Amino acid sequence: MSDQIVQTSGPSLAPVTDPSRRKFLTFATAGVAAVGVAFVAVPFVESWFPSERARSLGAPVEVDLTKVEPGQMISPIWRLQPIYIVHRTPQMLAILQNHDSDLKDPNSNQSKQPAYTKNPDRSVKPEFLVLIGICTHLGCLPKQHFDAGDPVLGANWPGGWLCPCHGSRFDLAGRVFNGSPASVNLVIPPYRFSAANTLRIGEDTTQGAA
Amino acid sequence: MANAGNTSGAAAKGGFYGWLNKRLPVQDFIDSQLIGYYAPKNFNFWYFFGFLATLMLAMQLLTGIFLTMNYKPGAATAFDSVEYIMREVDGGWLIRYLHSTGASFFFIVVYLHMFRAFLYGSYRAPRELLWLLGMFVYLALMAEAFFGYVLPWGNMSFWGAQVIVNLFGTIPVIGPGLVEWIRGDYAIADATLNRFFALHVVAVPLALLLLVMLHLVALRQTGSNNPDGIEIKENKGADGKPLDGIPFHPYYTVKDVMGMGVFLMIFAAVIFFIPTMGGVFLEPPNFEPANPLSTPEHIAPVWYFTPFYAMLRAVPDQKLGALVMLLSIVVFFFVPWLDRSPVKSIRYKGWLSKVFLAVFAVSFVVLGYLGLEPPSIGRTLAARVFTVVYFAFFVLMPIYSKIGPFKKVPDRVVYHAHA
Repeated sequence: MSDQIVQTSGPSLAPVTDPSRRKFLTFATAGVAAVGVAFVAVPFVESWFPSERARSLGAPVEVDLTKVEPGQMISPIWRLQPIYIVHRTPQMLAILQNHDSDLKDPNSNQSKQPAYTKNPDRSVKPEFLVLIGICTHLGCLPKQHFDAGDPVLGANWPGGWLCPCHGSRFDLAGRVFNGSPASVNLVIPPYRFSAANTLRIGEDTTQGAA
Repeated sequence: MANAGNTSGAAAKGGFYGWLNKRLPVQDFIDSQLIGYYAPKNFNFWYFFGFLATLMLAMQLLTGIFLTMNYKPGAATAFDSVEYIMREVDGGWLIRYLHSTGASFFFIVVYLHMFRAFLYGSYRAPRELLWLLGMFVYLALMAEAFFGYVLPWGNMSFWGAQVIVNLFGTIPVIGPGLVEWIRGDYAIADATLNRFFALHVVAVPLALLLLVMLHLVALRQTGSNNPDGIEIKENKGADGKPLDGIPFHPYYTVKDVMGMGVFLMIFAAVIFFIPTMGGVFLEPPNFEPANPLSTPEHIAPVWYFTPFYAMLRAVPDQKLGALVMLLSIVVFFFVPWLDRSPVKSIRYKGWLSKVFLAVFAVSFVVLGYLGLEPPSIGRTLAARVFTVVYFAFFVLMPIYSKIGPFKKVPDRVVYHAHA
């Protein structure tokens, strides 16, 4: 534009300029630009989170337990994940505490569950066990081997699940056995009994929606 | 060089080619990068694989573009659209198998290319950055292959994605949130498939092309290594050309085209007769649609990931297993600084270095086999032993690479002209 601007940026005037001042301005400008980039990144990062639709499809589900016979398991879907609900028999519950020494986390201190299920049988009502049926190792579906002394798992097997992918074993409270690649027990979702035999998965026992 | 005022060579000529070269330095590029690029004259069989990797990249881009024309991402449409390509699009089966079996061939070529670097010390100074750029190409290739394997939305696609994405859940503190962010839902779902499609067809290929270009630019700067591990730039003739070098074009372009011919014969035979390689290149459960409620009896990734997968399974702890698997790949990045041998090439190294490289190659193959098989007590034990061997190759390298007896490296490359 004007001659003046050409001159001030010319090399002949270089000694007059203060290099530290120029350096400061360069870093300050770059810093502001970096903040701008960070803000612009927000919608792109956000777009990868579960969408509004995915979240609303993840609402609590209601399950009727009247038709689940003792010893039987049903697996309804909540948030695209199979939920294992087992109607445990008195025999199943009786032998549950006999193998604590074979478990990695018998008291579920390292495992994920709502506080109201952090008890020896990991449940609100002992006869109904509710678990997210996804192996805590790398996410396969453990297969049911409920019979004690199952031929695949040996005479000492008290009944539970075996993951087909990497061989993790869980008992009938979803607790992981020693020697499994999984490190923690199967996760328990938030749930409550809205009626004597009606279960709402995704809602906590004490308060409202999770 | 490409100065419009400097009307030398092709640009000085008339006609269309002269017109073109005044505006775009086509001939300058050919002169400086192909004819003027001197490569060592003693290249052997192992030097085909860099070129073949470029060929496979081109093949994957071409077939991939045509697959995109009929493939429909989305949990409801993906599996059917792949079957549609296989059964109803004319030539579709061939394009699909060229792409899916091509992926396996790409990895075969890349693994042989990497093994060549181990044989002749191609990662040593001054080529450390060349090696690192190559490793980044390899990482991008692994990401590309993983995303690609998810796209047909077969049952192994689904459960493979489940297992691999869950690996990120082992990262302390941010893990579980990160996994949900990657999936975009509470499980592997439609959202996951669509974003993997975007990454597979746009983002990662762009990164791959950029990295491959940088890899080639870095190669151009240092020049190729050779089976003797001698720097040919240290022996130049009066004309300033390396005495042991020959112009890349026509000598190596012709050699590479011959290699390409042999390679394509093998590739075509596999495509036509055993495109799935009996379930190794494409696993049987992937011919069933994805089912979130049924895990296949036996989950294994495609063969090119199984050495790392075997190491993951060998460790009886979730976080430690994931860490070991990560380290088994990261350790490659440090090789230029782990090798302390006074000579580059295996030809002049001590017997101990030769034994370690051979045992490492065997352990990589055995781990690859173990990763394909369902776990058993014996196989897990074997995987543990070979995991230790695998890491010993890297960790002990600073020690054993210094141990001789080394042979004397000649001043000039060893080359016997054909009679």
